[in-house]
Amino acid sequence: MSLKSIYQEVILDHNRKPRNYGSLDYPTHHAVGHNPLCGDRINLDINMPDGRIEQIAFHGESCAICKASCSMMTAAVKGKSRQEAEAMVQEFREMVMSESNQSFDHLGRLKVLAGVRDLPTRVKCAILPWHTLHAAMNSVLSASTENDEDHVVKLAVNNH
Amino acid sequence: MKIVDALLTPSVQHTASEMERFRADFPILDIKVGDKPLVYLDNAASSQMPQAVIDCLVRYQTTQHANIHRAVHHLSGLATQEYEAARRKLQYFVHAREEREIIFTSGTTDSINLVMHGYGRKFIQSGDEIILTALEHHSNIVPWQMLAEEKGAHIRVVPINDAGELLVEEYEKLFNPRTRFVALSHVSNALGTINPVKQMIAIAHQHGVPVLVDGAQAAPHMKIDVQDLDCDFYAFSAHKLYGPTGVGMLYGKAHLLESMQPFKGGGDMIASVTFEKTIYNEIPYKFEAGTPPIAAVIGFGAAIDYLNHIGLDAIAAYEHELLDYASEQIKIIPGVHIMGDCPDKVAVISFVIDGIHPHDVGTLLNQEGIAVRTGHHCAQPIMQRFNVAATSRASFAFYNTKSEVDALIAGIRSVQKVFAL
Repeated sequence: MSLKSIYQEVILDHNRKPRNYGSLDYPTHHAVGHNPLCGDRINLDINMPDGRIEQIAFHGESCAICKASCSMMTAAVKGKSRQEAEAMVQEFREMVMSESNQSFDHLGRLKVLAGVRDLPTRVKCAILPWHTLHAAMNSVLSASTENDEDHVVKLAVNNH
Repeated sequence: MKIVDALLTPSVQHTASEMERFRADFPILDIKVGDKPLVYLDNAASSQMPQAVIDCLVRYQTTQHANIHRAVHHLSGLATQEYEAARRKLQYFVHAREEREIIFTSGTTDSINLVMHGYGRKFIQSGDEIILTALEHHSNIVPWQMLAEEKGAHIRVVPINDAGELLVEEYEKLFNPRTRFVALSHVSNALGTINPVKQMIAIAHQHGVPVLVDGAQAAPHMKIDVQDLDCDFYAFSAHKLYGPTGVGMLYGKAHLLESMQPFKGGGDMIASVTFEKTIYNEIPYKFEAGTPPIAAVIGFGAAIDYLNHIGLDAIAAYEHELLDYASEQIKIIPGVHIMGDCPDKVAVISFVIDGIHPHDVGTLLNQEGIAVRTGHHCAQPIMQRFNVAATSRASFAFYNTKSEVDALIAGIRSVQKVFAL
Protein backbone atom coordinates (compact mmCIF):
# COMPACT_ATOMS: atom_id res chain seq x y z
CA MET A 1 0.00 0.00 0.00
CA SER A 2 1.46 3.37 -0.93
CA LEU A 3 1.96 6.29 1.39
CA LYS A 4 -0.76 8.17 -0.37
CA SER A 5 -3.45 5.61 0.27
CA ILE A 6 -3.39 6.02 4.05
CA TYR A 7 -5.05 9.41 3.61
CA GLN A 8 -7.91 8.01 1.61
CA GLU A 9 -11.45 9.24 1.86
CA VAL A 10 -12.66 6.88 4.57
CA ILE A 11 -9.92 8.05 6.95
CA LEU A 12 -10.39 11.71 6.08
CA ASP A 13 -14.12 11.29 6.59
CA HIS A 14 -13.69 9.78 10.07
CA ASN A 15 -11.25 12.58 10.87
CA ARG A 16 -13.74 15.24 9.79
CA LYS A 17 -16.79 13.58 11.33
CA PRO A 18 -15.60 11.24 14.06
CA ARG A 19 -18.22 8.73 15.20
CA ASN A 20 -19.08 8.47 18.90
CA TYR A 21 -17.25 11.71 19.60
CA GLY A 22 -17.81 13.20 23.05
CA SER A 23 -18.02 11.76 26.54
CA LEU A 24 -20.40 9.63 28.57
CA ASP A 25 -22.06 11.00 31.69
CA TYR A 26 -21.64 7.85 33.77
CA PRO A 27 -19.02 5.58 32.19
CA THR A 28 -18.23 2.31 33.93
CA HIS A 29 -14.78 2.28 32.35
CA HIS A 30 -12.44 5.09 31.39
CA ALA A 31 -8.87 5.54 30.21
CA VAL A 32 -6.68 8.22 28.72
CA GLY A 33 -4.24 7.30 25.99
CA HIS A 34 -1.25 9.52 25.48
CA ASN A 35 1.51 9.55 22.91
CA PRO A 36 4.26 11.75 24.32
CA LEU A 37 6.02 11.90 20.95
CA CYS A 38 3.39 14.13 19.37
CA GLY A 39 1.17 15.02 22.30
CA ASP A 40 -1.79 12.97 21.04
CA ARG A 41 -4.27 12.41 23.84
CA ILE A 42 -7.45 10.35 23.72
CA ASN A 43 -10.08 10.17 26.45
CA LEU A 44 -12.16 7.04 26.15
CA ASP A 45 -15.40 6.37 28.05
CA ILE A 46 -17.18 3.03 28.00
CA ASN A 47 -20.43 1.82 29.45
CA MET A 48 -20.01 -1.94 29.92
CA PRO A 49 -22.36 -2.92 32.75
CA ASP A 50 -22.66 -6.64 31.95
CA GLY A 51 -19.45 -7.38 30.11
CA ARG A 52 -20.81 -5.95 26.88
CA ILE A 53 -19.96 -2.52 25.46
CA GLU A 54 -23.29 -0.72 25.40
CA GLN A 55 -21.99 2.80 24.91
CA ILE A 56 -18.60 4.16 23.96
CA ALA A 57 -17.36 7.71 23.37
CA PHE A 58 -14.05 9.46 22.90
CA HIS A 59 -12.63 12.93 22.67
CA GLY A 60 -9.20 14.48 22.60
CA GLU A 61 -6.51 15.99 20.43
CA SER A 62 -4.81 13.88 17.84
CA CYS A 63 -3.66 13.48 14.27
CA ALA A 64 -5.98 12.24 11.53
CA ILE A 65 -4.71 8.66 11.63
CA CYS A 66 -5.25 8.39 15.38
CA LYS A 67 -8.64 10.05 15.30
CA ALA A 68 -9.89 7.95 12.38
CA SER A 69 -8.60 4.78 14.02
CA CYS A 70 -10.41 5.70 17.25
CA SER A 71 -13.61 6.63 15.46
CA MET A 72 -13.65 3.37 13.49
CA MET A 73 -12.76 1.40 16.61
CA THR A 74 -15.68 2.78 18.59
CA ALA A 75 -18.05 1.89 15.74
CA ALA A 76 -16.55 -1.61 15.50
CA VAL A 77 -16.63 -2.57 19.18
CA LYS A 78 -20.01 -1.12 20.13
CA GLY A 79 -22.28 -3.98 21.12
CA LYS A 80 -19.37 -6.41 21.40
CA SER A 81 -18.57 -8.44 24.50
CA ARG A 82 -15.39 -7.69 26.37
CA GLN A 83 -13.79 -10.88 25.03
CA GLU A 84 -14.75 -10.01 21.47
CA ALA A 85 -13.37 -6.50 21.87
CA GLU A 86 -10.11 -7.83 23.35
CA ALA A 87 -9.79 -10.19 20.40
CA MET A 88 -10.21 -7.24 18.03
CA VAL A 89 -7.49 -5.30 19.89
CA GLN A 90 -5.15 -8.24 19.26
CA GLU A 91 -6.15 -8.58 15.63
CA PHE A 92 -5.75 -4.86 15.00
CA ARG A 93 -2.31 -4.91 16.59
CA GLU A 94 -1.32 -7.82 14.39
CA MET A 95 -2.63 -6.09 11.31
CA VAL A 96 -0.64 -2.86 11.78
CA MET A 97 2.48 -4.45 13.21
CA SER A 98 2.93 -7.79 11.48
CA GLU A 99 4.81 -8.25 8.27
CA SER A 100 2.80 -11.25 7.18
CA ASN A 101 0.47 -11.08 4.23
CA GLN A 102 -2.34 -12.86 5.99
CA SER A 103 -5.81 -11.64 5.25
CA PHE A 104 -7.45 -9.25 7.64
CA ASP A 105 -10.72 -9.24 5.73
CA HIS A 106 -12.65 -10.04 8.89
CA LEU A 107 -11.67 -6.62 10.26
CA GLY A 108 -13.84 -5.04 7.59
CA ARG A 109 -13.40 -1.31 7.09
CA LEU A 110 -10.58 -1.20 9.63
CA LYS A 111 -8.46 -2.72 6.87
CA VAL A 112 -7.81 0.77 5.44
CA LEU A 113 -5.53 1.35 8.43
CA ALA A 114 -3.25 -1.53 7.45
CA GLY A 115 -1.36 1.01 5.31
CA VAL A 116 0.39 2.43 8.39
CA ARG A 117 2.58 -0.67 8.30
CA ASP A 118 4.57 1.20 5.65
CA LEU A 119 4.86 4.23 7.94
CA PRO A 120 6.77 2.95 10.99
CA THR A 121 6.65 6.34 12.67
CA ARG A 122 2.85 6.41 12.42
CA VAL A 123 2.00 2.91 13.64
CA LYS A 124 1.74 4.27 17.16
CA CYS A 125 -0.83 6.84 16.03
CA ALA A 126 -3.11 4.11 14.69
CA ILE A 127 -2.66 1.79 17.64
CA LEU A 128 -3.06 4.32 20.47
CA PRO A 129 -6.90 4.10 20.61
CA TRP A 130 -6.72 0.29 20.83
CA HIS A 131 -4.23 0.38 23.69
CA THR A 132 -6.53 2.85 25.38
CA LEU A 133 -9.50 0.55 24.89
CA HIS A 134 -7.55 -2.36 26.38
CA ALA A 135 -6.56 -0.21 29.38
CA ALA A 136 -10.12 1.01 29.92
CA MET A 137 -11.63 -2.46 29.80
CA ASN A 138 -9.10 -3.74 32.32
CA SER A 139 -9.53 -1.04 34.92
CA VAL A 140 -13.03 -0.59 36.17
CA LEU A 141 -13.73 2.83 37.57
CA SER A 142 -16.97 3.43 39.30
CA ALA A 143 -18.71 6.21 37.44
CA SER A 144 -20.25 7.50 40.61
CA THR A 145 -17.02 8.38 42.37
CA GLU A 146 -15.12 11.55 41.74
CA ASN A 147 -11.94 9.59 41.36
CA ASP A 148 -10.43 11.21 38.30
CA GLU A 149 -7.19 9.34 38.28
CA ASP A 150 -6.45 8.70 34.63
CA HIS A 151 -5.16 5.41 33.40
CA VAL A 152 -2.64 6.77 31.05
CA VAL A 153 -1.34 4.49 28.37
CA LYS A 154 2.17 5.56 27.67
CA LEU A 155 3.50 4.06 24.52
CA ALA A 156 7.16 3.32 24.37
CA VAL A 157 8.19 5.98 21.91
CA ASN A 158 11.42 7.72 21.33
CA ASN A 159 10.62 10.88 23.25
CA HIS A 160 13.92 12.69 22.97
CA MET B 1 19.60 47.84 15.87
CA LYS B 2 18.28 44.34 15.47
CA ILE B 3 20.67 41.54 16.34
CA VAL B 4 20.44 40.12 12.85
CA ASP B 5 21.47 43.40 11.22
CA ALA B 6 24.92 43.05 12.69
CA LEU B 7 25.09 39.55 11.23
CA LEU B 8 24.09 40.69 7.80
CA THR B 9 27.08 42.81 6.89
CA PRO B 10 29.29 40.13 5.42
CA SER B 11 32.96 40.73 4.86
CA VAL B 12 32.92 38.00 2.23
CA GLN B 13 29.87 37.97 0.04
CA HIS B 14 28.74 35.25 -2.34
CA THR B 15 25.94 35.69 -4.84
CA ALA B 16 22.96 33.37 -4.60
CA SER B 17 24.24 31.36 -7.56
CA GLU B 18 27.67 31.03 -5.93
CA MET B 19 25.97 29.83 -2.75
CA GLU B 20 24.04 27.28 -4.77
CA ARG B 21 27.32 25.90 -6.07
CA PHE B 22 28.27 24.88 -2.53
CA ARG B 23 25.24 22.61 -2.63
CA ALA B 24 27.14 20.31 -4.97
CA ASP B 25 29.55 19.58 -2.10
CA PHE B 26 26.81 17.56 -0.34
CA PRO B 27 26.31 14.20 -2.08
CA ILE B 28 23.26 13.19 -0.02
CA LEU B 29 21.26 16.12 -1.41
CA ASP B 30 21.09 14.29 -4.75
CA ILE B 31 19.09 11.34 -3.44
CA LYS B 32 15.42 10.78 -4.21
CA VAL B 33 12.62 10.00 -1.82
CA GLY B 34 10.46 7.65 -3.86
CA ASP B 35 10.41 9.42 -7.20
CA LYS B 36 10.78 12.94 -5.72
CA PRO B 37 14.06 14.79 -5.23
CA LEU B 38 14.93 15.20 -1.56
CA VAL B 39 14.14 18.64 -0.10
CA TYR B 40 15.99 18.52 3.19
CA LEU B 41 14.56 21.09 5.61
CA ASP B 42 15.42 19.42 8.91
CA ASN B 43 18.81 21.02 9.40
CA ALA B 44 18.09 22.17 12.95
CA ALA B 45 17.84 18.50 13.92
CA SER B 46 20.95 17.47 12.02
CA SER B 47 22.69 18.94 9.00
CA GLN B 48 24.33 16.97 6.20
CA MET B 49 28.06 16.45 5.68
CA PRO B 50 30.01 17.87 2.75
CA GLN B 51 32.30 15.56 0.76
CA ALA B 52 35.34 17.23 2.38
CA VAL B 53 34.28 15.98 5.82
CA ILE B 54 33.36 12.52 4.53
CA ASP B 55 36.77 12.33 2.81
CA CYS B 56 38.50 13.41 6.00
CA LEU B 57 36.81 10.60 7.96
CA VAL B 58 37.79 8.06 5.31
CA ARG B 59 41.37 9.34 5.12
CA TYR B 60 41.72 9.23 8.90
CA GLN B 61 40.36 5.70 9.19
CA THR B 62 42.37 4.54 6.17
CA THR B 63 45.78 5.94 7.04
CA GLN B 64 45.96 7.67 10.44
CA HIS B 65 44.00 5.90 13.14
CA ALA B 66 45.47 5.00 16.52
CA ASN B 67 44.69 5.99 20.09
CA ILE B 68 45.74 9.48 21.11
CA HIS B 69 47.91 10.88 23.94
CA ARG B 70 49.33 7.43 24.70
CA ALA B 71 51.87 5.61 22.61
CA VAL B 72 55.11 6.82 21.08
CA HIS B 73 54.54 5.14 17.73
CA HIS B 74 53.98 6.88 14.41
CA LEU B 75 50.21 6.50 14.12
CA SER B 76 49.48 7.55 17.69
CA GLY B 77 51.55 10.68 17.14
CA LEU B 78 49.72 11.46 13.93
CA ALA B 79 46.28 10.93 15.45
CA THR B 80 47.17 13.07 18.47
CA GLN B 81 48.43 15.85 16.22
CA GLU B 82 45.22 15.89 14.16
CA TYR B 83 43.05 15.69 17.27
CA GLU B 84 44.79 18.65 18.88
CA ALA B 85 44.70 20.55 15.57
CA ALA B 86 40.91 20.23 15.67
CA ARG B 87 40.96 21.79 19.14
CA ARG B 88 42.86 24.80 17.78
CA LYS B 89 40.38 25.11 14.90
CA LEU B 90 37.56 25.25 17.43
CA GLN B 91 39.48 27.77 19.52
CA TYR B 92 39.74 30.13 16.54
CA PHE B 93 36.19 29.36 15.45
CA VAL B 94 34.71 30.62 18.74
CA HIS B 95 37.57 33.08 19.37
CA ALA B 96 38.61 31.60 22.72
CA ARG B 97 41.72 33.02 24.40
CA GLU B 98 43.40 29.65 24.83
CA GLU B 99 43.04 26.24 23.28
CA ARG B 100 42.82 24.56 26.69
CA GLU B 101 39.46 26.30 27.08
CA ILE B 102 38.01 23.94 24.45
CA ILE B 103 36.79 20.56 25.72
CA PHE B 104 35.57 17.86 23.37
CA THR B 105 32.36 16.23 24.51
CA SER B 106 29.85 13.90 22.88
CA GLY B 107 27.60 16.85 22.03
CA THR B 108 25.73 19.82 23.45
CA THR B 109 23.81 17.67 25.93
CA ASP B 110 27.04 16.19 27.23
CA SER B 111 28.61 19.67 27.47
CA ILE B 112 25.71 20.97 29.55
CA ASN B 113 25.81 17.91 31.78
CA LEU B 114 29.55 18.42 32.24
CA VAL B 115 28.93 21.94 33.55
CA MET B 116 26.03 20.77 35.71
CA HIS B 117 28.20 18.08 37.34
CA GLY B 118 31.52 19.90 37.31
CA TYR B 119 30.36 23.37 38.31
CA GLY B 120 26.78 22.99 39.52
CA ARG B 121 27.27 20.12 41.93
CA LYS B 122 30.29 21.82 43.44
CA PHE B 123 29.04 25.39 43.77
CA ILE B 124 25.24 25.28 43.91
CA GLN B 125 23.68 24.65 47.32
CA SER B 126 20.29 24.27 48.93
CA GLY B 127 18.13 27.35 48.47
CA ASP B 128 20.22 28.67 45.56
CA GLU B 129 18.54 29.70 42.33
CA ILE B 130 19.23 28.83 38.69
CA ILE B 131 17.76 30.97 35.90
CA LEU B 132 16.61 29.26 32.67
CA THR B 133 14.43 30.62 29.86
CA ALA B 134 11.09 29.54 28.45
CA LEU B 135 12.83 28.88 25.12
CA GLU B 136 15.16 26.12 26.27
CA HIS B 137 15.56 22.72 24.67
CA HIS B 138 14.97 19.87 27.14
CA SER B 139 18.74 19.35 27.26
CA ASN B 140 19.15 22.74 28.92
CA ILE B 141 16.26 22.16 31.34
CA VAL B 142 16.49 18.58 32.57
CA PRO B 143 20.12 18.61 33.85
CA TRP B 144 19.37 21.72 35.91
CA GLN B 145 16.17 20.20 37.28
CA MET B 146 18.16 17.13 38.30
CA LEU B 147 20.66 19.38 40.06
CA ALA B 148 17.91 21.43 41.71
CA GLU B 149 16.27 18.27 42.99
CA GLU B 150 19.54 16.88 44.32
CA LYS B 151 20.57 20.11 46.03
CA GLY B 152 17.25 21.61 47.00
CA ALA B 153 17.88 24.53 44.65
CA HIS B 154 15.19 26.37 42.67
CA ILE B 155 14.64 26.98 38.96
CA ARG B 156 13.48 30.41 37.77
CA VAL B 157 12.25 30.86 34.21
CA VAL B 158 12.51 33.93 31.97
CA PRO B 159 9.15 34.32 30.16
CA ILE B 160 8.63 35.06 26.45
CA ASN B 161 6.12 37.22 24.58
CA ASP B 162 3.77 36.10 21.79
CA ALA B 163 6.46 36.71 19.19
CA GLY B 164 8.73 34.23 20.95
CA GLU B 165 11.11 36.85 22.35
CA LEU B 166 12.56 36.72 25.86
CA LEU B 167 11.39 39.48 28.20
CA VAL B 168 14.71 40.94 29.31
CA GLU B 169 13.18 43.25 31.91
CA GLU B 170 11.50 40.22 33.53
CA TYR B 171 14.85 38.43 33.42
CA GLU B 172 16.49 41.27 35.34
CA LYS B 173 13.84 41.02 38.05
CA LEU B 174 14.65 37.34 38.66
CA PHE B 175 18.07 38.13 40.14
CA ASN B 176 18.48 38.08 43.89
CA PRO B 177 21.33 37.23 46.28
CA ARG B 178 20.56 33.49 45.91
CA THR B 179 20.97 33.47 42.11
CA ARG B 180 23.96 31.27 41.32
CA PHE B 181 23.75 30.35 37.65
CA VAL B 182 22.14 31.27 34.32
CA ALA B 183 21.70 28.76 31.46
CA LEU B 184 20.16 30.05 28.24
CA SER B 185 20.07 29.26 24.56
CA HIS B 186 21.65 31.58 22.02
CA VAL B 187 18.99 30.59 19.47
CA SER B 188 15.71 28.77 20.12
CA ASN B 189 15.61 25.39 18.38
CA ALA B 190 11.82 25.35 18.13
CA LEU B 191 11.23 28.92 16.92
CA GLY B 192 14.57 30.21 15.65
CA THR B 193 14.56 33.31 17.90
CA ILE B 194 18.01 34.86 18.40
CA ASN B 195 18.24 35.84 22.06
CA PRO B 196 20.07 39.00 23.22
CA VAL B 197 22.65 36.87 25.01
CA LYS B 198 25.38 39.51 25.17
CA GLN B 199 23.10 41.88 27.04
CA MET B 200 21.79 39.07 29.25
CA ILE B 201 25.31 37.92 30.10
CA ALA B 202 26.26 41.48 31.08
CA ILE B 203 23.23 41.65 33.40
CA ALA B 204 24.15 38.32 35.02
CA HIS B 205 27.73 39.47 35.51
CA GLN B 206 26.54 42.63 37.26
CA HIS B 207 25.16 40.21 39.83
CA GLY B 208 28.32 38.10 39.81
CA VAL B 209 26.53 35.14 38.23
CA PRO B 210 28.16 32.94 35.55
CA VAL B 211 26.31 32.10 32.33
CA LEU B 212 26.21 28.99 30.15
CA VAL B 213 25.07 29.55 26.57
CA ASP B 214 23.59 26.63 24.63
CA GLY B 215 24.81 27.49 21.14
CA ALA B 216 23.62 24.33 19.34
CA GLN B 217 21.29 26.30 17.06
CA ALA B 218 23.46 29.42 16.79
CA ALA B 219 26.85 28.09 15.74
CA PRO B 220 25.65 26.87 12.30
CA HIS B 221 24.20 30.28 11.45
CA MET B 222 26.41 33.06 12.80
CA LYS B 223 29.91 33.95 13.92
CA ILE B 224 30.50 33.09 17.56
CA ASP B 225 32.89 35.20 19.62
CA VAL B 226 32.97 33.96 23.21
CA GLN B 227 35.23 36.83 24.32
CA ASP B 228 32.90 39.44 22.86
CA LEU B 229 29.86 37.72 24.43
CA ASP B 230 31.89 37.29 27.64
CA CYS B 231 29.98 34.05 28.31
CA ASP B 232 31.43 31.71 30.90
CA PHE B 233 30.48 28.52 29.03
CA TYR B 234 29.41 27.94 25.44
CA ALA B 235 28.28 24.59 24.03
CA PHE B 236 27.42 23.14 20.62
CA SER B 237 27.44 19.92 18.56
CA ALA B 238 29.28 19.02 15.36
CA HIS B 239 26.38 17.27 13.65
CA LYS B 240 24.33 20.45 13.37
CA LEU B 241 27.41 22.12 11.90
CA TYR B 242 28.00 19.86 8.88
CA GLY B 243 30.18 17.52 10.94
CA PRO B 244 29.74 13.99 12.33
CA THR B 245 27.43 12.88 15.16
CA GLY B 246 28.81 11.89 18.55
CA VAL B 247 30.99 14.92 19.12
CA GLY B 248 30.56 18.45 20.36
CA MET B 249 32.45 21.04 22.31
CA LEU B 250 32.33 23.00 25.49
CA TYR B 251 34.09 26.32 25.80
CA GLY B 252 34.73 27.40 29.37
CA LYS B 253 36.76 30.23 30.85
CA ALA B 254 40.01 28.66 32.00
CA HIS B 255 39.75 29.76 35.64
CA LEU B 256 36.23 28.31 35.90
CA LEU B 257 37.22 25.02 34.30
CA GLU B 258 40.14 24.81 36.70
CA SER B 259 37.89 25.34 39.69
CA MET B 260 35.51 22.56 38.63
CA GLN B 261 35.47 18.92 39.59
CA PRO B 262 35.83 16.29 36.84
CA PHE B 263 32.62 14.92 35.39
CA LYS B 264 33.86 11.46 34.42
CA GLY B 265 36.75 9.51 35.86
CA GLY B 266 39.02 7.32 33.78
CA GLY B 267 42.05 7.24 31.55
CA ASP B 268 43.60 10.36 30.06
CA MET B 269 42.03 12.65 32.70
CA ILE B 270 44.67 11.88 35.31
CA ALA B 271 48.18 13.05 36.10
CA SER B 272 48.91 10.14 38.43
CA VAL B 273 46.94 7.36 40.07
CA THR B 274 47.64 5.36 43.19
CA PHE B 275 45.05 3.54 45.25
CA GLU B 276 45.47 6.22 47.90
CA LYS B 277 45.03 9.26 45.68
CA THR B 278 44.54 10.36 42.09
CA ILE B 279 45.85 13.65 40.82
CA TYR B 280 43.80 14.98 37.94
CA ASN B 281 45.27 16.10 34.67
CA GLU B 282 45.23 19.75 33.61
CA ILE B 283 42.40 21.26 31.58
CA PRO B 284 41.13 20.39 29.05
CA TYR B 285 42.23 16.74 29.60
CA LYS B 286 40.72 16.68 33.09
CA PHE B 287 37.34 16.59 31.35
CA GLU B 288 38.17 14.16 28.55
CA ALA B 289 38.18 10.77 30.28
CA GLY B 290 38.49 7.66 28.15
CA THR B 291 39.16 7.33 24.44
CA PRO B 292 37.23 10.07 22.65
CA PRO B 293 35.58 9.69 19.23
CA ILE B 294 38.86 10.61 17.55
CA ALA B 295 37.67 10.35 13.95
CA ALA B 296 34.60 12.44 14.72
CA VAL B 297 36.69 15.14 16.43
CA ILE B 298 38.99 15.33 13.39
CA GLY B 299 35.90 15.41 11.15
CA PHE B 300 34.57 18.25 13.34
CA GLY B 301 37.77 20.13 12.52
CA ALA B 302 37.26 19.46 8.80
CA ALA B 303 33.71 20.83 9.03
CA ILE B 304 35.10 24.01 10.64
CA ASP B 305 37.62 24.35 7.77
CA TYR B 306 34.78 23.94 5.31
CA LEU B 307 32.65 26.61 7.01
CA ASN B 308 35.57 29.03 7.18
CA HIS B 309 36.09 28.55 3.46
CA ILE B 310 32.53 29.76 2.77
CA GLY B 311 32.40 32.30 5.60
CA LEU B 312 29.85 32.34 8.40
CA ASP B 313 28.73 35.88 7.60
CA ALA B 314 28.12 34.97 3.96
CA ILE B 315 26.10 31.99 5.21
CA ALA B 316 24.09 34.21 7.57
CA ALA B 317 23.30 36.70 4.78
CA TYR B 318 22.20 34.02 2.32
CA GLU B 319 20.14 32.08 4.87
CA HIS B 320 18.40 35.27 5.89
CA GLU B 321 17.33 35.85 2.30
CA LEU B 322 15.88 32.32 2.30
CA LEU B 323 14.13 32.96 5.62
CA ASP B 324 12.53 36.20 4.40
CA TYR B 325 11.41 34.56 1.17
CA ALA B 326 9.97 31.50 2.93
CA SER B 327 8.25 33.56 5.65
CA GLU B 328 6.56 35.80 3.08
CA GLN B 329 5.38 32.83 1.05
CA ILE B 330 4.05 30.93 4.07
CA LYS B 331 2.23 33.95 5.47
CA ILE B 332 0.12 34.38 2.34
CA ILE B 333 -1.31 30.85 2.58
CA PRO B 334 -4.68 31.06 4.35
CA GLY B 335 -4.90 28.94 7.49
CA VAL B 336 -1.14 28.69 8.06
CA HIS B 337 0.43 30.41 11.07
CA ILE B 338 4.08 30.93 11.95
CA MET B 339 4.88 30.45 15.66
CA GLY B 340 7.30 33.00 17.06
CA ASP B 341 7.44 35.43 14.16
CA CYS B 342 9.91 37.98 15.46
CA PRO B 343 12.52 40.09 13.60
CA ASP B 344 15.63 38.49 15.15
CA LYS B 345 15.62 34.95 13.83
CA VAL B 346 17.77 32.36 12.16
CA ALA B 347 16.36 30.43 9.20
CA VAL B 348 13.90 28.31 11.17
CA ILE B 349 10.15 28.44 10.62
CA SER B 350 7.81 26.68 13.02
CA PHE B 351 4.26 26.62 11.71
CA VAL B 352 0.82 25.15 12.24
CA ILE B 353 -1.93 24.57 9.70
CA ASP B 354 -5.51 25.05 10.90
CA GLY B 355 -7.33 21.73 11.27
CA ILE B 356 -4.36 19.52 10.36
CA HIS B 357 -2.13 17.81 12.90
CA PRO B 358 1.63 18.36 12.32
CA HIS B 359 2.23 14.61 12.06
CA ASP B 360 -0.17 14.40 9.14
CA VAL B 361 1.58 17.44 7.63
CA GLY B 362 4.96 15.72 8.03
CA THR B 363 3.79 12.43 6.52
CA LEU B 364 2.20 14.15 3.52
CA LEU B 365 5.20 16.45 2.93
CA ASN B 366 7.44 13.39 3.08
CA GLN B 367 5.39 11.98 0.23
CA GLU B 368 6.59 15.00 -1.78
CA GLY B 369 10.20 14.33 -0.76
CA ILE B 370 10.20 17.18 1.76
CA ALA B 371 11.82 16.49 5.14
CA VAL B 372 10.56 18.68 7.99
CA ARG B 373 10.49 18.01 11.71
CA THR B 374 7.11 17.59 13.37
CA GLY B 375 6.46 17.31 17.06
CA HIS B 376 7.35 19.28 20.15
CA HIS B 377 11.02 19.69 19.14
CA CYS B 378 12.19 18.66 22.63
CA ALA B 379 10.85 21.99 23.83
CA GLN B 380 7.53 21.17 25.45
CA PRO B 381 7.42 24.36 27.56
CA ILE B 382 7.36 26.43 24.34
CA MET B 383 4.53 24.31 22.96
CA GLN B 384 2.60 24.85 26.20
CA ARG B 385 3.26 28.60 25.99
CA PHE B 386 1.70 28.71 22.52
CA ASN B 387 -1.00 26.24 23.52
CA VAL B 388 -0.21 23.68 20.82
CA ALA B 389 0.81 20.03 21.19
CA ALA B 390 3.21 20.20 18.27
CA THR B 391 4.30 22.20 15.23
CA SER B 392 5.90 21.52 11.88
CA ARG B 393 9.36 23.03 11.57
CA ALA B 394 11.25 23.83 8.39
CA SER B 395 14.88 24.66 9.16
CA PHE B 396 17.20 25.84 6.42
CA ALA B 397 20.90 25.55 5.68
CA PHE B 398 23.02 27.48 3.20
CA TYR B 399 22.66 24.60 0.73
CA ASN B 400 18.90 25.07 0.48
CA THR B 401 17.49 27.05 -2.42
CA LYS B 402 14.52 29.26 -3.23
CA SER B 403 13.14 26.53 -5.46
CA GLU B 404 13.13 24.25 -2.40
CA VAL B 405 11.14 26.92 -0.55
CA ASP B 406 8.72 26.85 -3.51
CA ALA B 407 8.49 23.06 -3.14
CA LEU B 408 7.63 23.49 0.55
CA ILE B 409 4.92 26.03 -0.26
CA ALA B 410 3.44 23.75 -2.94
CA GLY B 411 3.66 20.88 -0.45
CA ILE B 412 1.74 22.82 2.23
CA ARG B 413 -0.95 23.67 -0.31
CA SER B 414 -1.26 20.03 -1.37
CA VAL B 415 -1.59 18.96 2.29
CA GLN B 416 -4.47 21.39 2.64
CA LYS B 417 -5.99 19.99 -0.54
CA VAL B 418 -5.86 16.40 0.75
CA PHE B 419 -7.71 17.53 3.86
CA ALA B 420 -10.00 19.64 1.65
CA LEU B 421 -9.63 22.75 3.77
